[in-house]
Amino acid sequence: MPELRVLRVGLFASIQDRGRFGYSDMGLGSAGYADRGSAALANRMVGNPAGAAVVEVALGGFEIEATGAVILAVTGAMCDVTISGPDGRYSRGSAVLEVISLNASQRLQLGAPSRGLRNYIAVRGGIAVQPVLGSRSWDTLAKLGPEPLTAGAVLPVGTDAVSWPIVDAVAPPLTDDAPPRLDILRGPRDDWFTADSLDLLVGQDYVVTPDSDRVGMRLDAAVPLRRSIEEEPPSEGVETGSLQVPREGFPVLFLADHPVTGGYPVIAVLSPASVDRAAQLRPGDLVRFGLVGG
Amino acid sequence: MTDRTLPSEAPRILRCGATALLVELGSLEAVIALRLHLDASPIDGVVEMVSAFRTLLVRYDSVVVTEQRLRELLSQTVPVAESVGKPSADIVEIPVIYDGEDLESVATSTGLGVAGVIREHTGQVWTSAFCGFSPGFSYLVAPSRRLEVARRTNSRTLVPAGSVGLAAGFSGVYPRSSPGGWQLIGRTEVSMWSLNRLPPALAPAGTLVRFVDAGQ
Repeated sequence: MPELRVLRVGLFASIQDRGRFGYSDMGLGSAGYADRGSAALANRMVGNPAGAAVVEVALGGFEIEATGAVILAVTGAMCDVTISGPDGRYSRGSAVLEVISLNASQRLQLGAPSRGLRNYIAVRGGIAVQPVLGSRSWDTLAKLGPEPLTAGAVLPVGTDAVSWPIVDAVAPPLTDDAPPRLDILRGPRDDWFTADSLDLLVGQDYVVTPDSDRVGMRLDAAVPLRRSIEEEPPSEGVETGSLQVPREGFPVLFLADHPVTGGYPVIAVLSPASVDRAAQLRPGDLVRFGLVGG
Repeated sequence: MTDRTLPSEAPRILRCGATALLVELGSLEAVIALRLHLDASPIDGVVEMVSAFRTLLVRYDSVVVTEQRLRELLSQTVPVAESVGKPSADIVEIPVIYDGEDLESVATSTGLGVAGVIREHTGQVWTSAFCGFSPGFSYLVAPSRRLEVARRTNSRTLVPAGSVGLAAGFSGVYPRSSPGGWQLIGRTEVSMWSLNRLPPALAPAGTLVRFVDAGQ
């Protein structure tokens, strides 16, 4: 079976699949794709089951070489995709959202994204590294799973494909320059905040700070949210997409590697589709929240 | 209703986005009772549950069960709080060297003296109520409340792995070195989390634990 040899890693790259479930009783979270929609799309494009293991790349700068014929797709952030021959010489340009065939010794390069944060590279057959506790996801909080990728890593291609590609490319989503709107459902602890807090939450721009990673995104805004209850709540289970608000009044958005329990009140939770959109935000990006669900 | 049912009113059920409901109960005993009941009689569509101090997070697949229907099913579940923990055969033993930095102050604030603290800690069976904070960190509870002490006002930036602590009615062992605010009474060589065994956690929720004085 062919392999993918990692030639270059930019900021960070790891293997992710649907996640590691059923271990919350041990304090171990689920990890998995940060942007689940993009990962599932990449898998579908190459004929994999939706939950197959893929490479998740943060901020591009990633290069791999195939040791045999493979079919790949890259989804997520908008970046240059280039294919080179064995000597590194430019062969042809490709693009995010195209199905790509590589022959032995050909290389795939992802440039730095102009918008968005994370790319997903799916290979037909899946990435067949050894699972840890039933999943091929690297958990950056628990530091558990197949090791993050470095130059020299060799990724075996598996045999998990369920079909062949049926399209050559997928149309990119429409975008505009307005701050993306993230849908939130109020609660469970919106009653821990003053009456105007939800209006404040949806009424101002939030900016993504550099203090952001797969565990969570710290957000900043002009006006902090204020508590109506002074003491800290006892720790309780939290969902991916939770907006947890520490004392200072600026929310932390929990992403894929969030801890199983949290000790600050959660004012609202993002819809699953909005979590995927949030996982593509970079430091400096603005967002607006919109209340849904009544 | 028998005379052993929970005395409180129906639990509050709070929405956690589109994927979970948070059931708020009056006590840890009620959380454990509800969790045991739902483990024994699973609701179709519930994919995971996370127990905590006063709440049970119930994660569900909205394709299988709607939020509305799950609320109804959870409201109808009134388990009997028989005891904390399952009637399990095995008790995990954790040998402890009782030389923690806060042992003296705990001895004083509880009025038990050092020997008394060690006697209380080793003399009863603890139950892992739930895990959280980090993989393998079990919140252990015991029948007696005599070791109930507050967390330290100042957290330590580094608590070594294997440290044994007390806080807010719980005892716990730090699986790895990390910041921490619990009162440290001793240390153990036993690892709370290891990928070399299955399950990797020494005391997942429901496990019975006994501490043993390992001597000086």
